[in-house]
Amino acid sequence: MNKDATVIVDYDAGNLRSVQRACAEVGINAQISRDPAELLAAPRVIFPGVGAAGAAMASLNSSGLDQAIREYLGTGKPMLGICLGLQISLDFSEENSQETLGLIAGQVKRFKFSNPALKIPHMGWNQVTATQPHPVLAGLEPGDEFYFVHGYYPTPDNAAQVYATTDYERDFASAIGRNNYFATQFHPEKSGRVGLRLLAAFKEWDGTC
Amino acid sequence: MLSKRLIACLDVRDGQLAKSIKFVNTKDIGDPVEKAAEYYLDGLDELVFYDITASSDKRNIMLDVVEAVAAQVFIPLSVGGGVRSVADATDLRLAGAEKINVNSAAVARPALIAECANAVGNQNVVLSMDVAQVEVSAEFPSGYQIVINGGRKPMPLDALAWALEGERLGAGELVVNSIDADGTREGYEIKLTALISQAVRIPVIASGGAGKPEHLYDVLTDGHADAALVASMVHYGDYKVSQLKNYLHDREIKMRMSW
Repeated sequence: MNKDATVIVDYDAGNLRSVQRACAEVGINAQISRDPAELLAAPRVIFPGVGAAGAAMASLNSSGLDQAIREYLGTGKPMLGICLGLQISLDFSEENSQETLGLIAGQVKRFKFSNPALKIPHMGWNQVTATQPHPVLAGLEPGDEFYFVHGYYPTPDNAAQVYATTDYERDFASAIGRNNYFATQFHPEKSGRVGLRLLAAFKEWDGTC
Repeated sequence: MLSKRLIACLDVRDGQLAKSIKFVNTKDIGDPVEKAAEYYLDGLDELVFYDITASSDKRNIMLDVVEAVAAQVFIPLSVGGGVRSVADATDLRLAGAEKINVNSAAVARPALIAECANAVGNQNVVLSMDVAQVEVSAEFPSGYQIVINGGRKPMPLDALAWALEGERLGAGELVVNSIDADGTREGYEIKLTALISQAVRIPVIASGGAGKPEHLYDVLTDGHADAALVASMVHYGDYKVSQLKNYLHDREIKMRMSW
């Protein structure tokens, strides 16, 4: 394991190679790892994931990665959460009624619409609008759209931790953050050049904001 | 507000791009990796590869194609054709496919949908259905019938019932392909698309028959489709991806316009 490599956290939550490929495209040398020690030693961590909150938490708990993530964040080094990575960063998810990591105060709720034309999951491209500046969103331009696939959405307690919103019947928090942790509900690795710009900005981020 | 998606489908045979007309007379028209990169840079929202390779010993060529495309195309990539097991799905995912399309094998053994959904997540399982119009009957109350094996084998299965069953079994999305319209370039089967899209809660991709930009407009409005799939109209250079997106955007269809 190269000491300078960004670690993509592997906790059996989906295919991580698409994240790794997109990282390579913007010059991030990223390695997939499930070793808590490697995660702690990394200069930069990406916490992705696709799947259900229950299985994800079970895997994090049994591997000790949950504790490693907390310790890593304590060092002040930057971490980027993506999709399920974001969702299990809050306190609780309605998916599997699961207690989650509690890195950011709040809950994850299921989309419920009275209008049957609104499909669930929220799948496809949608606009991400910054609500306050953040170094990782530095390249974001008005009208930029990202690729989403999710049936649940985050509701952080503290509005100051919301960095971008997206409209799906109503606005929901599509990017949240706290100190050296930043997380997106959308998939930058699947969002074309707009997404690659975000990953490139993460590469330059020192973890302060 | 969620954008409607423009999806290009590339039929691949032995590693080469092919386009079928009513599922027969397939004709090779170029390198799928090159085409994929070209469409991506021109604003395509999603790519579908359909492997129509006949012999199983050449199937690994498809994994190479997927791998090469995934290294340079950073939009969702969906792959189907011959997916019969979770192992097939997993191989494609490792090569770089985001979504797995199941079709004939799921009709033969519906549990395949649930198995794939468990293995790779509901949202990544696309049920692709080839549909022919038939007389309304007790057997086909919707007036549409499922056909498998590349349009060759009609099944005793109502298309609307199958769409609902696919959703229940865990498919995250449906591709509704009209074999009557496929390759005609005379427009999508609007009635069929609307029927299914309004009956399910998962996204529906309309497929088969696109020849002019207005066909896309019609299926995304009257057809209630969440996405429109095109093939020959872009493969032969008649239209560019960006041109189609501009056309729809100008007519107030919400499309992703910055890329």
